[in-house]
Amino acid sequence: MSFVETQCQQFDWLAEAAFAGLKPGEALNLALSAEDQTYVRFNNARVRQATGVAQSRLGLTFQREARQLRLALALSGQPARDLAAVRSLLERARAETFVLPEDPFATPMANNGASDHRHGGDYPDTGGWIGQIAEAAAGLDFTGLLAAGPQIRAARNSAGQSHWFSTDSFLIDYSLFTVNETGENKAVKALHADRQWHPEAFAANLEDAKRQLERLRRPARSLPPGEYRAYLAPAAVEKIISLFSWDAVSYDAWKKGRCALRQLADGERVFAEDFNLRENFRLGLAPRFNSLGEVAPAEVPLIERGRLQSLQVSSRSAKEYGVPANGADTGEGLRCCEVAGGGLAEADALEKLDTGVYLGNLHYLNWSDPRTARVTGMTRYACFWVENGKIAAPIRDLRFDESLYRVFGPPLEALTRETYLFPATDTYHGRALGGCKVPGAVVGAFRFTL
Amino acid sequence: MAAVACLPRQNQAKWPLRHRCAHPDMKTSLAFKPDFAEFDIHRALSWIAGEADWVGLRHVQECAQRRTVRNLRPEHNSIVVERGVMVEAWVDGQIAYAGTCDLSEPGLRAAARRAAKLARASARFKPFELTTTQRPPSRGRFAGPALRGFDSLSLHEFTDRLMEACRRLQVSNKIVNAVAEAALVETHVQYASSNGADIDQRYLSVSGHFAATAQDGPDTQSRSLNGPVANCRQAGLEYFDFEAIGAGCERVGRQALELLAAEECPSERLDLILAPDQMLLQIHESIGHPLELDRILGDERNFAGWSFVRPQDFGRLRYGSTLLNACFDPAQPGGFASYGFDDGGAPATFEYLIKDGLLLRGLGGLESQARLGLPGVANFRAAGWNRAPVDRIANVNLEPGNSPFEDMVASVERGVYMESNISWSIDDYREKFQFGCEYARLIENGRFTKVLKNPNYRGVTVPFWNALKRVGDLQSLQSFGTPYCGKGEPNQMIRVGHASPPCLFAQVDVFGGGR
Repeated sequence: MSFVETQCQQFDWLAEAAFAGLKPGEALNLALSAEDQTYVRFNNARVRQATGVAQSRLGLTFQREARQLRLALALSGQPARDLAAVRSLLERARAETFVLPEDPFATPMANNGASDHRHGGDYPDTGGWIGQIAEAAAGLDFTGLLAAGPQIRAARNSAGQSHWFSTDSFLIDYSLFTVNETGENKAVKALHADRQWHPEAFAANLEDAKRQLERLRRPARSLPPGEYRAYLAPAAVEKIISLFSWDAVSYDAWKKGRCALRQLADGERVFAEDFNLRENFRLGLAPRFNSLGEVAPAEVPLIERGRLQSLQVSSRSAKEYGVPANGADTGEGLRCCEVAGGGLAEADALEKLDTGVYLGNLHYLNWSDPRTARVTGMTRYACFWVENGKIAAPIRDLRFDESLYRVFGPPLEALTRETYLFPATDTYHGRALGGCKVPGAVVGAFRFTL
Repeated sequence: MAAVACLPRQNQAKWPLRHRCAHPDMKTSLAFKPDFAEFDIHRALSWIAGEADWVGLRHVQECAQRRTVRNLRPEHNSIVVERGVMVEAWVDGQIAYAGTCDLSEPGLRAAARRAAKLARASARFKPFELTTTQRPPSRGRFAGPALRGFDSLSLHEFTDRLMEACRRLQVSNKIVNAVAEAALVETHVQYASSNGADIDQRYLSVSGHFAATAQDGPDTQSRSLNGPVANCRQAGLEYFDFEAIGAGCERVGRQALELLAAEECPSERLDLILAPDQMLLQIHESIGHPLELDRILGDERNFAGWSFVRPQDFGRLRYGSTLLNACFDPAQPGGFASYGFDDGGAPATFEYLIKDGLLLRGLGGLESQARLGLPGVANFRAAGWNRAPVDRIANVNLEPGNSPFEDMVASVERGVYMESNISWSIDDYREKFQFGCEYARLIENGRFTKVLKNPNYRGVTVPFWNALKRVGDLQSLQSFGTPYCGKGEPNQMIRVGHASPPCLFAQVDVFGGGR
């Protein structure tokens, strides 16, 4: 049996047994997050570390008389032992609900229906694959991570719901480094992700990155801090949109006064008419159900024509603030979002920019003043000075500190027609699902400070 | 142990009636011991010893609780139980890893074979020849300094105390959000290898977060005890001195109100005093990470980044002023990242990283030391059973100087004093940083004057540390940490500790919010 089939069988058995042991008035949600991943870390086209990880984490949300406790357990894969461990956790949960105060915002469990989506993959055995990647990258300063293997998210509860999502895919998230004509390190970033391995597709991806690297060999130019016109390539836009998950689109954050887009939410400020942001689960990067099995609409419009349409509302926020939930998970971040493309052909982006800065990527973003949606971060990877619509020179890295009301507000001159998909590459605890699809953006003024 | 907390009657009256009802389960201990059979690491090692030229086995069991109260209501109560093994297999000069939660003989054999297969497949592309010199046969035990176990309070008592802390944050009806949170973690790590390593390390870790948000119209300001989750220690429940925490919560609540009425931090080049709870981040980002030897070797370039520090800088680079003394101190009692051995089995010892401003030593374990031919420290650490070790910051501390805090403030003609990190960003070579704090005071003619809101500052690492003018004395030293240091591919989140006195830096670009 495959990893996915084994996990499915064991999860169902465990769930049935756990639900059967519940007492009157008790409710239980079980959320499974599992993976069988091979992680291979490359440095300079050599294998620095290779790790296989098979892990299944079971999350339990237990409720009794308006009390709630969350538990999680690393499953051993031995059903009898796992059931004994689950039963001991439930005993603890039961005891705690006699002690803990009422949680008025715990959402009673409901039957949110059933779904089953399974996506298979096709790629080589790791042994041969490591060689293919290392040999393709030989002679390059290739540094990055291969992550490959099945991932599972599932949620069942004692009210009867049952959701399953599994996908089998790989990603090669890498950088190519070079030393430019004046002895400085320069790099480009690339990602090759798919369910099927085609060596020629990876070779083409690598060739494209190598071509970009050529442009970085020229001497770099230092720009003094100040305001410049800027073209944010899709990878740079993606970094900014990722920051929205840090309290920018959370209903709870808005109600608690820490929403980084409060002025947008309150209608005091707007983004440009061209700016449209939505959760779009049709991108297929993540399941529509969350860790409680609540199902989001296929699309959730968040910002339309520059104005806020809705924030991410979890069922807990819905209960606390008396508003409808929209399937958001705890934390109320973005899971699978899309910024709509605009009217500018990507090929015309430099001409539209005319003279300014091409930002291929950004690094280490954080809110510097959430009240005004001000973000600081660094330029990284392929960033250039552009003159009269032509790349003039790579630039030395700069720090920016800028309000999103200027980036996506009226100074936003154009979004590219073409949009690019960025599957999530983070692997904390386990490999993430989700991601986003975004265009590039030409911005009239972008503020650099250091 | 008393089952019901003794708290003032006026406080009890605010709580839900049910919470005061007696029930046998009120005696439920705060501690939770999962009912697992003891893992026999030597027996497990014997099952897999023949699967590769050398094998190592690291078993990690961790039970983590998070208890959060918000506005006198339970917000989050959770228990997470982790238990698994990372098998290391050495084949043809390459080590590879396989993690599993299946601790049965077939499960561990399968993991060992997977690791050996990965090692064999990647040996042809190894970046250097690993030997068992990088996996010393160390033997020993480490026990954390906890005095009072998590079983020394009942869940009911502990919840009551968080409720009380929450109540004391609510100093005004303008406090719209009050959060009291504690994390309690019990960790047991065993490591054994086929060349004789036998290590057992156990410790309790605790952290606390107490924060108030004040609102007046559209303006909101948040303040917390030392910043989000900076209060981190290896300790037991003795760490939670709820009398002191309660007083701290009242101060936090008052300061949140002060911030509502405060002026913006000015945009000027000024002398800057950083409190220990901001030095935490300053040390972490601009000393800790750039000194990691695996970053210098380029392992991290695709994710967190490289380093401006080059191998030839050790022993030569004037990293900071002569007042700067930074050390790696794994034996610091109660340090959030204290241990006896790293996850490759290297015994952990105190080392100076920077002495009198001169860069001496990097943060790298035995593998990085062998690759670079440089000395390092025992910091080859993994975030859990499911990750391979890499070079990590652990306890990296700034040694105290001789400046009493009052003298430091008195020496400033015009400057800013900042407390408690709230925003952080630095470039991938660890040079150009920008940090934001929760709370600041203007210093004029040697005295604190106005409260300032939205304080930020930026600088460049080496010039900044060379502008270090005064270092606080031993009395002003405070110890903090964070559970959220991220690094590595695959990514790992790990605990680090940083102790520091307040420090004065000359002529730094400070600025406020808005625009």
